[in-house]
This record gives sequence, C-alpha cells and structure tokens, in this order.
Amino acid sequence: MSSELAAMTGAPAATRRFPPVAELGIGSLALVVIGGILMASYVPRRPPLGVPLALAAVSAALLLAAVFLLSRLDQFAWPRFFVVFRWALLAYVISAGVIGFAFIYDHTRGAPLALVIVMLVIFALDVPLIIAFTAARYSSPPHSAD
Amino acid sequence: MTDVGRIQAAPSAPVVARPRIQIVPLRGLPIVAAVVVFVIASIAGNWLWALTFCHVVGGALWTAIDLFVGLIVGPILGRLSVPARAEFAARFMPKMVLLMPTLVLMTLAAGFQLALREGNLAPGNPNHAWLVASFCVVGVMAVIALGVLEPANIAVLFEMRKTQPDGTVIAQLMRRFVYTAGITGVMQVATLIIMTRVATQ
Repeated sequence: MSSELAAMTGAPAATRRFPPVAELGIGSLALVVIGGILMASYVPRRPPLGVPLALAAVSAALLLAAVFLLSRLDQFAWPRFFVVFRWALLAYVISAGVIGFAFIYDHTRGAPLALVIVMLVIFALDVPLIIAFTAARYSSPPHSAD
Repeated sequence: MTDVGRIQAAPSAPVVARPRIQIVPLRGLPIVAAVVVFVIASIAGNWLWALTFCHVVGGALWTAIDLFVGLIVGPILGRLSVPARAEFAARFMPKMVLLMPTLVLMTLAAGFQLALREGNLAPGNPNHAWLVASFCVVGVMAVIALGVLEPANIAVLFEMRKTQPDGTVIAQLMRRFVYTAGITGVMQVATLIIMTRVATQ
C-alpha cells in the first residue's frame, strides 16, 4: 500500500488513491448508530444486549482496521490530520458526553450503560477519524503550509 | 475572517478577490457553548418548556435549513460562476460547520428526554413505533451528515484556504452534497410526517 502511494506522490490530489479508511469509518459509524437505535428503542426497559453487543464488536473491528490502514500511510499530511483530529475529537467527545449524560440521567445502569459508553467511544473516535482523513488526503504530501 | 486576499479560485479560473477562510468561526463558539449548557440544564431539570423549546426550535431550524439549502440554494449555486460559488461557499460553509451539529445535538438530546418524560417511549404507547421510526430516519441522516457531508465540508474549506485551490478536488467533494441531497430531503419530509403524527396521536 505504501509503495503504491509513494509511486503516486506526483498525482493530482483528486485522483490520488488511498486505502478505504473513510469507508471503513463510515461502516463502523453506521453499525454503532444502528446499535444505539436498538438500545434507545428499549428505554426505559432493559434492552437485550446480544445484537447491540455484536454490532459494537464489528464496529470496533472496522474502526481498528481503519486505524491500521491509516497507520501504514507514509505519504500523508499527518500534521493536518492531527490538527483536524484533535479539534474534531474535542467536539464529538462533548456530543457523546451529552448523549451519555442523557442515558445516565435516565437510570441506565450496569451492562447496558457499559455498552452505551463503548458505542459512544467508538462514535467519538469514528467521526473525527473520517473528518481528519478526508481533510488530510487532499493535502499535498509532504504537508505544506497552505 | 473577512480580510480579502487576491487568490486563484481554480487552476483555470482568473485571479479573483476572495475572503480568507476561518474554518471554525471562533466568535460562534460561546453561543454553541451556551446552547449546550442550556440543553444539559433542560435535561437535568426535566424542564418541560425548555425541552420542548430545544426540540421544536432545533428541529424546525434543522429541517428548514436542510430543505432550503438542498432544494433552493444548492441548485442556484450550481448555476453560478466558479468565483461566485467559491465566494459564497467561503462565507457560508464555516457557519454551517458550527450551526448544524449544534442544532442536531439540541434537537435529538431534548427530543429523547421529552419522549421519555411524556411516556411516548413506553412499549404500549401509540407513539412508540413512530418514535422508533424517527430514530431510524435520524440514524440515516446522522451517518450521511457525519460520515459524508461534514468531512467534505471541512476538506473543501481547507482546499479553499490554499493559495492555489484545486478546482477538481472542490468539485469532487461538492458532488457529495448533490448525491445526498435527495436522501436527506426524503428523510426530512419523513421526519415532518412522523413528528406531526406523534404530536396529534
């Protein structure tokens, strides 16, 4: 993958090819959203955890796969990626925090709460990852001051 | 934010005056913080008026802006010259970066609490199925907005900040808005139908 990218360093930003980091991130986000809907549809009752747990596990696996593929990139605007990731992470940790607060306030406890927190952590990592990757992939490697 | 420099809009376009872009309008952050604090206080206090206010105002603005931008502003924008489009986007998109996530958070957090407070999520309630349908609609919109549109918005703003923005990159990213406008429009109309059903059952 890295050599493929290195060979394309001179290609225009719009046509440069990258591993499917954003696609994996969107897949992970979609699964965690479906899991969240399943959990929320049972409130205030205790939801069955089997399906949401499986969705969270597959979602986490997709996120890890995206991070793995991302970590192998060498011709990439890493400074831009980290700047965007940091600020987006702050924004989505606040968003996830408000959602988590609503579940805790509504007396979600024990295993369902733990699962909601895991899903919110995945959500809060997924969105910044997709945003930062998309912003950085169109920056010319090596990253310029533009 | 509005100091104007002379920069190129696209490789083939003539040199035009364009505003310098601030991706996140910092002056808006205190307003966002105030809204988030108000939403949290409304939930913590289980305060009917405040929850209704946040849900109705946030939801109305979210739906109206989405439909207005997708169905009215978007097609007009598509017919403008490249420099005009670039100038509009440079002023419009940073505001959307702050506005839309704030409206979404305000609407969903307050709406969920309101549904619980009013007992609409209880299994025997006639609104239960409608609310689960609304969760699904919101889920589709959330994945499109957070996974497809928000990243494109930020990437376009970064591209436009360059001394020589790549018109092909901007066009490629902006296509996402065109492709998803139909889905978002249908979802927003579905939201209007569901919410008016819930309010009148």
